[in-house]
Amino acid sequence: MARITLDNLKHSYVPSPSQPSDYALKEIDVSWTDGGAYALLGPSGCGKTTLLNIISGLLSPSEGRVLFDDRDVTHEAPDDRNIAQVFQFPVVYDTMTVFDNLAFPLRNRGVAESEVRSRVEAIAEMTDLTAMLDRRASGLTADGKQKISLGRGLVREDVNVIMFDEPLTVIDPHLKWQLRSKLKELHQRIETTMIYVTHDQTEALTFADQVVVMPDGVVVQIGTPVELFERPQHTFVGHFIGSPGMNVLPCSVENGQAVFQGERVAIENAGSAAAASAAGKATEIGIRPEFVTLADAGIPVRINKVADAGRFRIVEGYAGETRINALIEDGDDIPSGTAYLAFDPAQTRLYADGWLT
Amino acid sequence: MALEFKSVTFKRGGETHIYETDLALEPGGFNTLLGTTLSGKTTLMQLMAGILKPTTGEIWFDGRNVTGVSVQKRNVSMVYQQFINYPNMTVFENIASPLWVAGVARREVEERVGRFADLLKLTPMLKRKPSELSGGQQQRTAMARALVKDADLVLLDEPLANLDFKLREELRDELPKLFADRNCTVVYATTEPTEALLLGGHTAALHEGRVIAFGPTGNLYRRPTNLKAAEVFSEPPINAIRADKSGDRFTIDETAGWNAGEGDLAALPDGTYYLGVRPHHLTPSKDGDNGPAVALQGRIIITEISGSESVIHFAHEGQTLISQAHGVHAFDIGDMASFAFDPAKCLIFDEAGARISAKGVA
Repeated sequence: MARITLDNLKHSYVPSPSQPSDYALKEIDVSWTDGGAYALLGPSGCGKTTLLNIISGLLSPSEGRVLFDDRDVTHEAPDDRNIAQVFQFPVVYDTMTVFDNLAFPLRNRGVAESEVRSRVEAIAEMTDLTAMLDRRASGLTADGKQKISLGRGLVREDVNVIMFDEPLTVIDPHLKWQLRSKLKELHQRIETTMIYVTHDQTEALTFADQVVVMPDGVVVQIGTPVELFERPQHTFVGHFIGSPGMNVLPCSVENGQAVFQGERVAIENAGSAAAASAAGKATEIGIRPEFVTLADAGIPVRINKVADAGRFRIVEGYAGETRINALIEDGDDIPSGTAYLAFDPAQTRLYADGWLT
Repeated sequence: MALEFKSVTFKRGGETHIYETDLALEPGGFNTLLGTTLSGKTTLMQLMAGILKPTTGEIWFDGRNVTGVSVQKRNVSMVYQQFINYPNMTVFENIASPLWVAGVARREVEERVGRFADLLKLTPMLKRKPSELSGGQQQRTAMARALVKDADLVLLDEPLANLDFKLREELRDELPKLFADRNCTVVYATTEPTEALLLGGHTAALHEGRVIAFGPTGNLYRRPTNLKAAEVFSEPPINAIRADKSGDRFTIDETAGWNAGEGDLAALPDGTYYLGVRPHHLTPSKDGDNGPAVALQGRIIITEISGSESVIHFAHEGQTLISQAHGVHAFDIGDMASFAFDPAKCLIFDEAGARISAKGVA
């Protein structure tokens, strides 16, 4: 186990990069405490896999360093880094039994057979594979195989870090629930540093103690799930986390007050409004659909659509051309035609050029 | 544009893939097939398209028996989970290809491709090759091609499954709008209950080669005909909690239970029932006062905190139950905790799994 530090990492696939767009990773500066659960969250093409490859040693960064504790491993070969990795698609030796699959990383390193047995049995117990140890892996379902991959990732006690690259993508939703919570439970039991890479906010938020949000080779926020939900530092975070994401409404600032389509909107970070406006930045109001309610007065909207999500409904209203979503509990009345929306002032914030002011 | 299955079965190699199915889709509407992998969604779609021929039974489309009519002779278009485009053609050519095959005049091809490219936000990419597009743009191209030819039946087989979460959200929102003013029957397959709900329309719940329920999506969710259908239609999974009824008392375990008083529930015959309690109706309870609620004691397996809510998995009487609550509820693994639900908000099923409609429950 180790603390992992990514020290001013940059990476470009272009031979002599000259501008920011030449970089797949523009600048990453992160330190991950030993034994924590971390997630790297971003859309396809944001540089997640590049970063994983740099940590695992498949790729040398153009600039910066990777440290395991205080040891600089930037240019060490993958084999010397002592890490385990679980991929999107299960990697399983079909001709081997489940036991031999789990034992493989240990035997590969010459671990004594008695220790192999006790370790494999312990991991099988944790991953619910005990009853299948003698079966051939080829006969298992996709989630069964992915459990083997997870188990193999966890079987060595001496790894510095276990990395998961979209490990639940091929799993059906109802089994995803089980595997996701299983993984979280395993982390709490074995306390190895884990890094989980995904585009799926639910997986990132439920797994990690801390989530790194990376839209495009740049980290925009590192925070706990609650921080990311309640106080997005950037409109991208607000949009990317939450389903539907945060409403982002273009506004003006007049006398230190946020004004949206002629209506004054009370904001939580009012103190910084005047400065943002004076600096000539583009100002926007960020408000999550969870904190928008139907009211007798407020922002007038025309209700365009109501989508039923079962335990709540997503009400899509338009104020002029601007769309505002509200989450309304199942059972509450929803008017048709025109309605008024109210924002919870404690959860309404001003953003300037995308950043929280 | 009504599509109807009459006693259709499908067997291959002695194995039954689709058990006897009677199903009349909502004509000109949006129909979702909801079920896990291998539940029979793709097979049903291939039967609808005419790619597969039923082993027994008939398929009727628009008042005509089309059993055995090949896919080429039906006006069907399909979109698959894997983005399929012609790699050597531009986006424009990809979208236009079915119109060329149909011999549509050049001016009209341009007009129609332009319209659907606009609708699917592909206009700036019309001259690019698929390999120069993102996954979402490639799938939009495949969708535009499926839409452009004005098919009577459009089959979408998990079209969003390979896309990023946010992109899926965006396209899911747009999809029903694309079909709103068209006279075609749409069938959409998914493994995700929430996706089925948000798409609206009608849903058929599938389980192991059988259509176990069909109806307007919201009704199917709120009033499932049986426990299996409730399970297929619940994310996170619905809790099925056993309760034994004797007199007006429902007993769950040594401490948990409630008196139904008088009325429908109390009038049920004594015996074993299953309560369908959705995770958001089973929430952590404070000591003592539970109001009308029934409290269960459980041992914490794991808590997942998503920022706005907590999902708590706990063990109760040898079963894993799931609670979903607003806010942050931190529990340690192995802790004992109390969770409560209001019987008036649950579904109730008989021992065989059929839902009982009764006053006093949802």
